[in-house]
Amino acid sequence: MILNIIEYLRTRLGLLIRISWGVLILLLIFDALLLDKTKAHTWAEKLPGFWALFGFLSCVVIIFLSKWYGKLGITKHEEYYD
Amino acid sequence: MIDNLWLHPGIILIAGALALPLIRGTARKTFMLIVPILAFAAVMQMSPGFFGIFSFLDWELTFGRVDKLSLVFAYIMTLMCIIGTLYGLHVDNPYEVMASWLYVAGSLGVIFAGDFLVLFLFWELMAFSSVFLVWFRSRPESLASGFRYLLVHSAGGLVLLAGFVLHYQATGDLSFNQLDVGNPTLPIYLIMIGFILNAAVPPLHAWLPDAYGEATVSGAVFMCAFTTKTAVYALARGFAGMEILIVLGVIMALYGVVYAVLENDARRLLAYHIISQVGYMVAGVGIGTELAINGACAHAFAHILYKGLLFMGVGSVLYMTGKSKFTELGGLYKKMPLAFVFTLIGGLSISAFPLFSGFVSKSMIVAAGFDTHLYWASFLLTLASAGTFLHTGLKVPYFIWFGKNNCSDETWNKACDPPLHMNLAMGVAAFLCIFIGVYTPYLYNMLPYASNYEPYTAYHVTEAMQILLFTALGFFIFVRKLTPDPVISLDIDWFYRMGGRAFMLSAVRGMDYLNGRGQAILVQTLPAILNQFFKSGPARLCLLVIRPLWQLTGVKINGQDGAEQRFMDTFSQSLFTIASAAIFTVIMLMAMLFFVTRAGV
Repeated sequence: MILNIIEYLRTRLGLLIRISWGVLILLLIFDALLLDKTKAHTWAEKLPGFWALFGFLSCVVIIFLSKWYGKLGITKHEEYYD
Repeated sequence: MIDNLWLHPGIILIAGALALPLIRGTARKTFMLIVPILAFAAVMQMSPGFFGIFSFLDWELTFGRVDKLSLVFAYIMTLMCIIGTLYGLHVDNPYEVMASWLYVAGSLGVIFAGDFLVLFLFWELMAFSSVFLVWFRSRPESLASGFRYLLVHSAGGLVLLAGFVLHYQATGDLSFNQLDVGNPTLPIYLIMIGFILNAAVPPLHAWLPDAYGEATVSGAVFMCAFTTKTAVYALARGFAGMEILIVLGVIMALYGVVYAVLENDARRLLAYHIISQVGYMVAGVGIGTELAINGACAHAFAHILYKGLLFMGVGSVLYMTGKSKFTELGGLYKKMPLAFVFTLIGGLSISAFPLFSGFVSKSMIVAAGFDTHLYWASFLLTLASAGTFLHTGLKVPYFIWFGKNNCSDETWNKACDPPLHMNLAMGVAAFLCIFIGVYTPYLYNMLPYASNYEPYTAYHVTEAMQILLFTALGFFIFVRKLTPDPVISLDIDWFYRMGGRAFMLSAVRGMDYLNGRGQAILVQTLPAILNQFFKSGPARLCLLVIRPLWQLTGVKINGQDGAEQRFMDTFSQSLFTIASAAIFTVIMLMAMLFFVTRAGV
């Protein structure tokens, strides 16, 4: 059953991607226009789409910072300790 | 001695562990399920109070301090013991199960300990029983890794003991309560170092990925739950509000995420994310408000379940295929769909998706940070949570079950969903991960402080969804960049692995040199000198007398054909040599005797 669902979704990958984009845009619209932001802790959070940008930038920073750190000589071939 | 028939759940597990090897056949499997359930039942019927108080020398030892803080940890740990034992029901080696139960008993002993002496006893039991969960993998690497694990934990135990002794000397009090973290003294710092070593705070963390990546399939499920969370309990009990823990916690949260990017072994990746997740709890303890301590406990509770679930999911892949590296897996959704779903539920829980357990626990700590105006800490912890989703929620499922298929034919043929008991164990954990996320009073009513925290506000849900979904966007944009390479990453253990080697090398070289020099002096040079001395000694004595006579007569003394050379040649060949050498030796011996007896006087 699980396999069938996965296969069903995989054959409609294009549609799935379009729906995902749709969800992202709806989320941004909801954040910018409808959301009550009185509970925000800082002024920055009141900017529309702040947490979306924060999430995306976090992801980029983590990937590139870690790869850069790895290249400093931290990553070694697998037999390094043998 | 035991008040009101209070039964320590640790005692049940220890007794069960000792009896286990005696029970054979199918009865053992039944017994394996009953013992952890009994321990869980013992925790369930407990009411707050002090139990199991014994007098020992001058001290009063408390084995059973029961309050809300100890109960919430004991509840989840005995529950996890049931799930972990069910997952490892296929294990035929009774000593592996024995080691896991003794390990859990150690954790429970620490949690109910009312004083430092009892705590230390069980603290050491944990280290010395859990190391067998690494060794029973029985690869050469696991043996080495286990020894490193033991080395680090023994060192940590000694620091802790030093802290306890100095603390007792300073205060005369052994009871384990909130310490004076406002004015930390040396003993308090030593105790803290002992605790945070078990919580895997960098730079004292490298034992964790080293050992957990190398442990047995079910051993890792136990290990990921107990050592670090027992340390979180100990910190919450003694160090609430210690400010340095906020900084250390945030460093942990980020450190684990950075190493997770570089990691190729799925279980080591999960191990680095333990460091990251325990970072939230350590930071929560450091913040120290009621909401933060509640958050640390709630997150420990949720973490034990979802991290156990993740280790079970990835462990089932290792169990079925023998592989745990991304570069040797991929595309397995066709073969192991159930394991995929369970791992995904674990991944969504750790990533704090709404309706999953991490969402209702992690957010308490971040909210406590915002409430106390520690904006930098809260923003950095949120940044780390994006990294958590990036790796555990996306990278692990994607590169094992989807992505490029790197499986060898052998791996592919072996892969299929694991046996029933493993699926059951994962099913229970997965259910609880969702249940905690959906029905918050279940967890919140167990927490040490009453609170009216509400995670499901429109603002909080939108915030979480934006962070998570836009992280996912980043993942799919940069997925090529995240494709794992067959490499390892150096960590702090480099220092003691290489330091150990340098020590071995210098010891071997040093001993070799000493041995060689000893051989040369005692076996070769010295006997040769003595031999020469006794052989030519008499002749040289005679020469002392003869040489002046030769000088008077004017014969040629030196050189090949000189009188001296001819004398020595004749001397060494005549019978006289033997007699004179004997006399000479006797004289020497008497001289020695004379000096020896003189020295005696």
